[in-house]
Amino acid sequence: MSYAKPNFRHPRLPKNALGYTVSDYDGAISTLCAGCGHDSISAAIRNACFLSSIQPHRIAKLSGIGCSSKTPTYFLGKSHGFNSVHGRMPSVATGASVANRDLTYIGISGDGDTASIGMGQFVHLIRRNVNMTYIVANNGCYGLTKGQDSATADLGSLSKYGAANQFEGIDLASLALLQGASFVGRSFSGDKEQLEPMIRAAIAHKGFAFIDVVSPCVTFANHVGSTKSYSATRTQLDAMPLDFVPMREEIRTQFDAGTSQAVTLHDGSVIHLHKARDDYRTDDRMAALASLQESKENAKFLTGLLYLDPNSQDLNQTLNLASRPLNDLGKVELCPGSRVLNSINEGLR
Amino acid sequence: MKQTDVANPEYFHKVVDCQYACPAHTPVPAYIRLIAQKRYTDAYLINWESNVFPGVLGRTCDRPCEPACRRGRVEEEPVAICRLKRVAADHKDDVAKHLPKAGPPNGKKIALVGAGPASLTVARDLAPLGYELHIYDAQAKGGGFMRSQIPSFRLPETVLDEEIGYVLDMGVTTFFDTYVDSMAALLNKGYDAIFVGSGAPRGRDLPKLPGRKEADANIHIGINWLANVAFEHTKEIGKRVIVLGGGNTAMDCCRTSRRLGGEDVKVIVRSPFADMKASPWEKEDALHEGIPILDNHVPREFVVEKGKLVGMTFDKVAAVYHDDGRRELVSTGADPEFVPCDDVLIAIGQENAFPWIEKDTGIRFTGWGTPIINDDETFQSTRKEVFFGGDSAFGPSNIITAVAHGHKAAVSIDLYCQGKDPAVRPPPYVNLVSQKMGIHEWSYDSIPTVDEREIVPLEDLKKALNDRKVEVELGFDLDAAFVEAERCLNCDAQTVFTDVNCIECDACSDICPTNCITFIANAPEEELRQNILVPAENMEQDLYVSGTLPTGRVMVKDEDVCLHCGLCAERCPTAAWDMQMFFYNVTKATPNLVDVR
Ligand SMILES: Cc1cc2nc3c(=O)[nH]c(=O)nc-3n(C[C@H](O)[C@H](O)[C@H](O)COP(=O)(O)OP(=O)(O)OC[C@H]3O[C@@H](n4cnc5c(N)ncnc54)[C@H](O)[C@@H]3O)c2cc1C
Ligand SMILES: Cc1ncc(C[n+]2csc(CCOP(=O)(O)OP(=O)(O)O)c2C)c(N)n1
Ligand code: SF4
Ligand code: SF4
Ligand code: SF4
Ligand SMILES: [Mg+2]
Repeated sequence: MSYAKPNFRHPRLPKNALGYTVSDYDGAISTLCAGCGHDSISAAIRNACFLSSIQPHRIAKLSGIGCSSKTPTYFLGKSHGFNSVHGRMPSVATGASVANRDLTYIGISGDGDTASIGMGQFVHLIRRNVNMTYIVANNGCYGLTKGQDSATADLGSLSKYGAANQFEGIDLASLALLQGASFVGRSFSGDKEQLEPMIRAAIAHKGFAFIDVVSPCVTFANHVGSTKSYSATRTQLDAMPLDFVPMREEIRTQFDAGTSQAVTLHDGSVIHLHKARDDYRTDDRMAALASLQESKENAKFLTGLLYLDPNSQDLNQTLNLASRPLNDLGKVELCPGSRVLNSINEGLR
Repeated sequence: MKQTDVANPEYFHKVVDCQYACPAHTPVPAYIRLIAQKRYTDAYLINWESNVFPGVLGRTCDRPCEPACRRGRVEEEPVAICRLKRVAADHKDDVAKHLPKAGPPNGKKIALVGAGPASLTVARDLAPLGYELHIYDAQAKGGGFMRSQIPSFRLPETVLDEEIGYVLDMGVTTFFDTYVDSMAALLNKGYDAIFVGSGAPRGRDLPKLPGRKEADANIHIGINWLANVAFEHTKEIGKRVIVLGGGNTAMDCCRTSRRLGGEDVKVIVRSPFADMKASPWEKEDALHEGIPILDNHVPREFVVEKGKLVGMTFDKVAAVYHDDGRRELVSTGADPEFVPCDDVLIAIGQENAFPWIEKDTGIRFTGWGTPIINDDETFQSTRKEVFFGGDSAFGPSNIITAVAHGHKAAVSIDLYCQGKDPAVRPPPYVNLVSQKMGIHEWSYDSIPTVDEREIVPLEDLKKALNDRKVEVELGFDLDAAFVEAERCLNCDAQTVFTDVNCIECDACSDICPTNCITFIANAPEEELRQNILVPAENMEQDLYVSGTLPTGRVMVKDEDVCLHCGLCAERCPTAAWDMQMFFYNVTKATPNLVDVR
């Protein structure tokens, strides 16, 4: 088993606007099972950050516990990271985002980490619209602890040991929509063409961006009867493709009139949606919920950008917090002294 | 693009860049691994089977393998393949007991003209089959130009004697000091076939340059002069020497002059320094020995005073490169330059010459003076029982090319003597074996080291210049050899893809350190080359394309900068990728000459 990637890279790797190659966004070599969907998500995040020319040292990776939560080690090796307690990444993310609003926050969680132990924290993250990208690598099981059914396992899905799941699975995308998330997407680890631009759009979005990514666990949930295997997901897949065009970049792809619509984000970048159906819109929460429900009834797995409010107000704006990171503020600003305190106290009398 | 046919051994052969570039297709990575395992004898035997003269070639080979070496595409310098070959030769045990013997006589008799590497290879390949082999050479000992031309400071006589001995000891009958002056007569001697390995023995002159005749006593044809030095007919030269020419012969002439009393030795060449024919390392060696190289100088005249050569004049030129790739040397208009000297060595090329082959033998020649040969597989001439090879076939080349010709000619001769068609070639020996040892473990050092190329230590300059027989290069010590051997990327550990096993998880594509693998919609080759993760601009390297996968895409692997690190196969959950060791041994008259496990 190899514990390190060779040092050599392709001599003609393309460079991004910062002069970095994609390998500058690499992390350590993965220790997950060979073929794990989580590794594909890691690669998609790496590629997205490279393509969007984000300075690696301006990114913070946050996670809980699980195979999925281990992955931040395997991408963006030059970025900040915080591997928190099981299901408790949201509180760390909230604190970090409030303390330093200038960093790009990428949270990686699992279906166990989010839908079971971390459910309580997760919904509050949505409610507060913390400015971050939150990705759930959803394999329908607790991979790290040997594949027990998780709360997102579909009703009737067979575990590796043959038992059918007796409970209805939680659909995290629907839940996020209901709870008022400002960006909701769903994708599949095996569809980087869709996942990469979606992650880039999520990072560009100001506010809480949630992406639920089906990510097959090759060891415990890739057998016949598992509804989150590579083949089951591919059979049901109903993907709505999208493209991401960052601010000021020329739009090169030509789309047939009427088959595509564009959504402009607050920073001027544009998401192009290639319609899977005529009534597809990203600004209608009810419609998004309905299409998720409908696709489920048709035994389809709908992926794409489901809902987006490009003008949402994030937590920092809502709380009217300082416009600069705390580490940027001087002693005078952080500790204005007794004269200011007195005047505040006076004002409250 | 069509699915790649990996069942055709030439596909994987081409991936092993060094072996593919080697005219004799020496299994380079296989012997390099044996050196890393300290199995020098086995490393030598693998070489010996392919190239017959590992000790000679480990010092003198033109090494076309090195510019081709993959390592040179992923970092600065290729693996020192050639000097590792010398390590095997220097550190082997007694190999005689492992070498094949002459086979029981088969009743056929073959004549070989010339005892250079080409003829010796033919003899080596045919001896185990029981042929009676008669080698003729005008020289007193075997080796051809290896003995008469390559100076001892690059190739000690002991090394040459040893390796020529291994061949001649296989029951070969030698007729040394015997110049064959009539092909017609030879054809009447009842040989079943004749191999001509007489080289390209005529050195070019400058007969029309003013002063040539008058100064003749101090003007020497380079290759004749080198032969005279080698056979100790010539023991000294003037203090000031001009060597004309820019090839390897010029480099050997100037360096030899330095050892025979030449103090002010200059190489003067028509072309710009960068265009000189000599290998870069030969130029370096000459410069290192204090020999300046004056480029862009065209000889104008030999200046003679009182009947004796006193120097030469040169016109100064500059190279102009035309769009069609043509080079023209145009005068700079400057005054001719006079360079004083006592002796001139002319080393401006060689030609084929067959004054001893009569026209009525039915052997026909091209306008270039080379024989008309069926093709570069059979080496059969217009007279069916006569075969050519080495420099005699296509003009001056090098030892390893002569060896490669020898293998092919031996196959042809063997087929011809059995009444078979020499154009129907037996296949090469190939083998492909999985290297999997555990779940994620391979039986070779898969992850490349980052060490830079080791430098070969040299003998003290003063000592070297004092005696033409002192070898300049000292060879790698065993520690350096190990580090150098570990630089090899094991390009023969092939990435073999089985499409029906692939579940398109992308793991291989994601992990590949050099982004070789892309899953993508199929397209014509030019489009695929552009569409994959990093465009495949090196047209000499193939794309490996799978059959159609369940999503309708194909797997495309650009072979160009694959490190053979095996990570794709390690990260593949279904063993759709496997690392398989590919062994390729060219077609030879005797297929297996040595036994190396
Ligand atoms: C100065 C110099 C340096 C070189 N250095 C290198 C080097 O470092 N590395 C390298 O790879 N190559 C080198 N070469 C080239 C290399 O020596 C030749 O390409 C190679 O030896 C050709 O092999 P061959 O078997 O075709 O013939 P040769 O080696 O030329 O042997 C031909 C033999 O045939 C004999 N012969 C010819 N006609 C007759 C006849 N009618 N009857 C009997 N005998 C005859 C000759 O005496 C000679 O011994 C060098 C060449 C020169 C001139
Ligand atoms: C407080 C706490 N409870 C339980 C565990 C045991 N545990 C570790 S990982 C895990 C589930 C992980 O599942 P998921 O988030 O889906 O990650 P996956 O491994 O499937 O990617 C559990 C229950 C723990 N580490 N900490
Ligand atoms: S790296 Fe090794 S196997 Fe590959 S081309 Fe170079 S010497 Fe040959
Ligand atoms: S062996 Fe596989 S992972 Fe390694 S460089 Fe080659 S294709 Fe890439
Ligand atoms: S790792 Fe194996 S299964 Fe996965 S895409 Fe590559 S070849 Fe296919
Ligand atoms: Mg899970």
